[in-house]
Amino acid sequence: MKFLAYLVSGISLGSIYAIIALGYTMVYGIAKMLNFAHGDVIMVGGYISFLAATNLGLPALLSVLVAMAFCTVLGILIEGLAYRPLRSAPSLAVLITAIGVSYFLQNAALLIFGANPKAYTPVVSGTLKLFDGQLSISYVSIVTVVCCVVIMLALTAFTGKTRMGKAMRACSEDKGAAQLMGINVNRTISLTFAIGSALAAVAGALLCSFSPTLMPTTGSMPGIKAFTAAVFGGIGSIPGAFIGGILLGVIEALSRAYISTQLSNSIVFAVLIIILLVRPAGLMGKRTQEKV
Amino acid sequence: MNMKRYFKDARADLLTYAGVIIAFLVISALKSNGMLNRSQTGLLVPICCYIVMAVSLNLTVGILGDLSLGHAGFMSVGAFSGVITAMGLMNVIPSAPMRLALAMVVGALCAAIVGFLVGIPVLRLNGDYLAIVTLAFGEIIKELITCLIVGVDSKGLHVIFNVNGSKTANDLTLLDGGRIIIKGAQGATGTKTIATFTAGFILIMITLVIVQNLVRSRHGRAIMAVRDNRIAADSVGIPVTKYKMMAFVTSASLAGAAGALFGLNYSNLAAAKFDFNTSILVLVFVVLGGLGNIWGSIIATVILYILPEALRGFSTYRMLIYAIVLIVVMLTTNNPILKNYFASLRSKFGKSREKEASAS
Amino acid sequence: MSESKKRRAGLESVSPVVPVQTTYYVPERDVDKSPILQCINLGISFGGLKAVEDFNLTLGRTEIAGLIGPNGAGKTTIFNLLTKVYQPTHGTILLDGRDTANMTTAQVNRAGIARTFQNIRLFHNQTVADNVLIGLHNEMDYGMLGGILRLPGYWRAEKIARNRAMEYLALFHLDQHADELAGSLPYGAQRRLEIARALATNPSLLLLDEPAAGMNPSETAELMENIVKIRDTFHIAILLIEHDMSLVMNICEGIAVLNFGRLIAKGNAEAIRNDPTVVEAYLGRKGAKE
Repeated sequence: MKFLAYLVSGISLGSIYAIIALGYTMVYGIAKMLNFAHGDVIMVGGYISFLAATNLGLPALLSVLVAMAFCTVLGILIEGLAYRPLRSAPSLAVLITAIGVSYFLQNAALLIFGANPKAYTPVVSGTLKLFDGQLSISYVSIVTVVCCVVIMLALTAFTGKTRMGKAMRACSEDKGAAQLMGINVNRTISLTFAIGSALAAVAGALLCSFSPTLMPTTGSMPGIKAFTAAVFGGIGSIPGAFIGGILLGVIEALSRAYISTQLSNSIVFAVLIIILLVRPAGLMGKRTQEKV
Repeated sequence: MNMKRYFKDARADLLTYAGVIIAFLVISALKSNGMLNRSQTGLLVPICCYIVMAVSLNLTVGILGDLSLGHAGFMSVGAFSGVITAMGLMNVIPSAPMRLALAMVVGALCAAIVGFLVGIPVLRLNGDYLAIVTLAFGEIIKELITCLIVGVDSKGLHVIFNVNGSKTANDLTLLDGGRIIIKGAQGATGTKTIATFTAGFILIMITLVIVQNLVRSRHGRAIMAVRDNRIAADSVGIPVTKYKMMAFVTSASLAGAAGALFGLNYSNLAAAKFDFNTSILVLVFVVLGGLGNIWGSIIATVILYILPEALRGFSTYRMLIYAIVLIVVMLTTNNPILKNYFASLRSKFGKSREKEASAS
Repeated sequence: MSESKKRRAGLESVSPVVPVQTTYYVPERDVDKSPILQCINLGISFGGLKAVEDFNLTLGRTEIAGLIGPNGAGKTTIFNLLTKVYQPTHGTILLDGRDTANMTTAQVNRAGIARTFQNIRLFHNQTVADNVLIGLHNEMDYGMLGGILRLPGYWRAEKIARNRAMEYLALFHLDQHADELAGSLPYGAQRRLEIARALATNPSLLLLDEPAAGMNPSETAELMENIVKIRDTFHIAILLIEHDMSLVMNICEGIAVLNFGRLIAKGNAEAIRNDPTVVEAYLGRKGAKE
């Protein structure tokens, strides 16, 4: 029964990773950049929903919506101001810029909200008791898992069925060719950042409900882990990010419980390394070989 | 024969050495005349360490062309193995400079071994996958060291690997007169600080000799060939993996030596200091200094390390300013429109200077 | 140079000169009648697709041979198999009598095969001279420590290598561009530099992948002379892929025609020109009738 409890907490933690990884994988797929600022957008999402709930007294759902709107705008701004001018620059330059943006967001948050952790009120409270109270599952966990599945399905439908989604896939394959086909590449990339950032806001609210401390550095580690999850599943692949996120969460929760608390991140990363050695493009990724 | 270019390269190398030596002499003179305050002299050894870190990372990122996000991991291995060496041999080797030198050698060796082990899986990958795996290794190294408890007594070295956090330094069962060197998450405590600015200077010079001479040898050319076109390098008989490994391990061992110096500069040092952010910090030095540009790495390190200190007056705003500077510099140096604008400015300026020169 | 080649092939003690019955073209000038390259039932499939099947070819020591065929016939794939960029799924490659099955691309090069690429692969950010020096990598013998400490061996080897690099460059009229970046050279010069770099690795077989692509007629004519000159100077075998039929017909002593991954004809220029299956492969069945 204990095992089941750990598994459940792993799956819900994994769902948060999966939501972040979905945004990450879309942004990476289209912009081909490690967006280190993504984790900090999560943190901003957390703060905004926190402020909306405590200072404005908005209900939980509404506060998350406010955070999503804010992060969407933030994502578009970051892309337009910092990344778009570097579209043709070497990838390292873009990476360093992303790091700069990440520092900027963290320190801006530090200035505005202070270094003290904020106690976040979970978006949903209460727990569901099963098996005569032997297994208790918090409603937050359930909401998280449901959110994650819904988002994954919606994104799959969006990229597969809609016009904009197809444009997105075309851009991630070949920007030049997409442009020649009359696709507005810049607008498509902006849209991708908007979606990714909105997802980050959702993840921020859920993450803070899960472990209710909110600091300027809250987002960076989950951001890195979510990217790991995206690589795990095969970067650019939506179901891959979902599976990768869940797996990562489960591995982390189980190794925390059964092996070592101190080494839980190491175990997660070690599994990543092993997976990449066996399948260099991740679980669901396609391997491309350079033509000679 | 193309000796002209040969001499041009050699002159660039010599200028780098000369720059470092002059800087060392000037700073030493200022220091001995008491013209530097305590906080300024406190920066000297760390700057030396970070210069070595940046130059060695430049070997991996700029010259080999593989993005590494775990360089601090090797620094960490060097730091703690160096501290263990120096503290463990305190009674055996009384001379502090000797212990420092030995600690740096041990640090370099340990980091080289770890670099080799990490390199086996890492160098099979490419691009961002390689980057994320180096990041992963950096974090793994950090957490493993956090589990270490090390002490020394008359019977020798005692090591505990504290997997589930249940053990403390008392479990070392040290004899009387024994000394605890590393206390798990607290890191190295009570280290005798024997690092000196002169040692830092010597380490920089050694690093420069190794990296610059390597680049101008057949091995360095092979490494750059792998960077520029892996398949072509393979086709002219260059074993790609061997040269990737050579660059990677050399880079790791230099980082290890820098780590040992760094570790022996602080009486308390936690493994958490060598996290992902430190790796990123060094990467920023390398990229802003210019990929493959050794002198650039040195200058960028000095400026960017001092910048946050100089901005202390702005206290809370300093990291924000640092972030903005970073973004603005990247945009101005890499955006095609801005780049052309600056290039035209420079050529105008250059032309007017040429005119002056011919007029005089 | 021939000394080192012998050393590589391990031929110092055994006399390889056993006259063998040959069905392939052995130039009169070849004293050693054993072939430099033998491909036996070579083949590779990607997934289920058989890109090359049952490829048999034997090359004389100083033969110039051509590999032709329509686009997508598998010509470059054969080069990739010979240089081990791809691992053959079946068949054997014997280079100077040695099986290359367990060799890597770099080892195959050291065993004696050098190549150029269809889409030029130079080290663009390095100078023209450095490109050739990288080709001379294995001809130098100092170790990593010798290079870092600049021991006497370093200076000696570097000096010899630099002089040799300049000789190779002079051969291709590139010596005056030695200090320029390889990427800044005009197209034709880049192709020549790629050949110079390949030759610097001291091969016994040179593979040229469409050396005349993108060249104008006068450059092609010069290239033709150069190819023969390379063979005569270095006494090596050359196998080339080319679409320029005048080049192939003029300088190749043996020609192999490939279509859909299979050999459809082998022979000298005259025989190939009159082979109906070749004409059909290029022009289609209707063209063959006319």
